Amino acid sequence: MKNLNLLDQLIYYFSHNGLYVLNQFNRTFLIAIYGVIFAAVIGIPIGIWTAKYRKLSPIVIGIANVIQTVPSLAMLSIIMLGLGLGVNTVIMTVFLYALLPIIKNTYTGMVNVDPDVLDSGKGMGMTTFQLLYLVELPLSLSVIMAGIRNALVLGIGITAIGSFVGAGGLGDIIIRGSNATNGGAIILAGALPTALMAIISDAVLAFFEKKFDPSKKKATK
Amino acid sequence: MLLKMEHLSKVYPGKKEVLSDFNLDVNKGEFICLIGTSGSGKTTVMRMINRMLNQTEGSILINDEDISKMDPVKLRRKIGYVIQNVGLMPHMTIRENITLVPKLLKWSEDKRNERAKEMLKLVEMPEEMLDRYPSELSGGQQQRIGVVRALAADQDIILMDEPFGALDPITRDSLQTLVKDLQVRLNKTFIFVTHDMDEALRLATRIVIMSHGKQVQTDSPDNILRHPANEFVKELIGKDRLIQARPSITTVGQIMLKDPVAITPGKSLIQAIQLMHDRRVDSLLVTDDAGILKGRIDVESVDYSFNTATSVGDIMDTDVFTVDSDSLIRDTVGRILKRGFKNIPVVDDNHKLVGIVTRAALVDIVYDALYGEAHAEQNHPSTGTSDSKKVGDDE
Ligand SMILES: Nc1ncnc2c1ncn2[C@@H]1O[C@H](COP(=O)(O)OP(=O)(O)OP(=O)(O)O)[C@@H](O)[C@H]1O
Ligand SMILES: [Mg+2]
Repeated sequence: MKNLNLLDQLIYYFSHNGLYVLNQFNRTFLIAIYGVIFAAVIGIPIGIWTAKYRKLSPIVIGIANVIQTVPSLAMLSIIMLGLGLGVNTVIMTVFLYALLPIIKNTYTGMVNVDPDVLDSGKGMGMTTFQLLYLVELPLSLSVIMAGIRNALVLGIGITAIGSFVGAGGLGDIIIRGSNATNGGAIILAGALPTALMAIISDAVLAFFEKKFDPSKKKATK
Repeated sequence: MLLKMEHLSKVYPGKKEVLSDFNLDVNKGEFICLIGTSGSGKTTVMRMINRMLNQTEGSILINDEDISKMDPVKLRRKIGYVIQNVGLMPHMTIRENITLVPKLLKWSEDKRNERAKEMLKLVEMPEEMLDRYPSELSGGQQQRIGVVRALAADQDIILMDEPFGALDPITRDSLQTLVKDLQVRLNKTFIFVTHDMDEALRLATRIVIMSHGKQVQTDSPDNILRHPANEFVKELIGKDRLIQARPSITTVGQIMLKDPVAITPGKSLIQAIQLMHDRRVDSLLVTDDAGILKGRIDVESVDYSFNTATSVGDIMDTDVFTVDSDSLIRDTVGRILKRGFKNIPVVDDNHKLVGIVTRAALVDIVYDALYGEAHAEQNHPSTGTSDSKKVGDDE
């Protein structure tokens, strides 16, 4: 009975606040995406660079690891001290957390490119730059994609928490629900779309990851 | 002089010289095989030619131009290079793989497509392979693509580092035929590293034998067989081949049986079996009226399709392995034995049947050779086939 009630309440909430939920959904998604995109723009070159100068890899990946171990709430608070309340703080946090999976996977992808393929590419007269964009990047794209996928799922989770520092988004709905008496349905109204977003992004990026996997390339017929 | 290597040496920090005072002049159209034990510096020499490695001392000239003064990227685009493990780009189609260097050289797309087709034809692969990916090809097919990829931009010098090492004997045989043909017909110059003495003897115009970074002997296959410079070279050649070298000037025509049992395609199966019975043979060669070889049939296939087929032409196997009557025994005996045929038809330039080589005739040759040897050494085992013996890895 109670369950049915909850479901009824949930449907009621959605039907009356549908547009609001959708807006917050978009907001959450955009915050997470921005953070991840910035992290990709910075992280992929760092990953490439670390793969070229392998001696540096323990340092770079070590730093990224340290960032990762700071609890997200603590990180949000620390960054809030600098950037104040609002969206920017959350984007910054997502960015920092997304760096590790992206750098790590870019590095791994680059390092694992078959040395024979690199050797023959160089031997056929590719410049360093051609080797990078014609061989190394295409061959590690799938692994890099896996990193971005991790980063995005992580980012969505952080963004949900990020509502505590006034960034809005689906987290707002959850907070409201937890403040209301009998707010179970409202919590769900915020939590379900968040989970859904994470699952769908994960699936979509997993699809691309497969598509870019060089070992699964087949002539399309 | 197309390629001139003078006093090349290579020292890695903390190691003794891995190559010392290497000298070689190569003319256009030559086929140079580098052979030697593992770690003797073959790859080192080869990779200096396209500046994948820089020599510690010495100089390399291509058409009298010092390559150390050239742009390495441009130089490499002019030299075909096949590494040991093929190294096809797994994310590119066969077409893209073949035309990689032409693309780097900014050929038009039409010209590249044209070239990709030509190259595929050269290795007798169907055109629909062009849009496949390397993982969809067999190892032998990948290796073929690896070879033509090194030719696609009209490179005159082709470097190959043990290109056929991992292949089965029959695929290796057909690829050897291919590269030899390219050298002879297109006048390409090959520098070819191998571990396999049979391969070197068959392909090379000159063989460079190396050991521990030194050139031990550089000479034509015939001279190396006749006058091995020292024990190391003898060891490398192997006793079997030194024996084989004796009949090195005998041609197939001299040992073949001159009256092979042949039949025309129009004859009935009854006539075929009759003929086999009369001549006490279990297979027949099929020729047309002019004596041109068309195929072969054997008693199994007659038996198998006796009720469904009527004429010899219906059941003959048209894919017949043949040898030329004027090819040397030395070049063919290994191939015949390796393929395990009972007999091989011999044809002339017009594919006219002129004789047949049976395994019995080969036994005679090996016997003659070993008989002499056995007398010299008393107890030599009489199993002297030329199974491709590998040079042992000494590391
Ligand atoms: N980068 C390197 N640093 C130090 N020593 C090297 C290096 N590359 C090669 N060597 C040494 O140089 C020697 C010659 O190597 P090379 O690759 O030319 O041998 P190879 O004749 O091609 O052998 P294989 O038949 O096994 O391919 C070897 O002893 C090897 O250990
Ligand atoms: Mg080698």
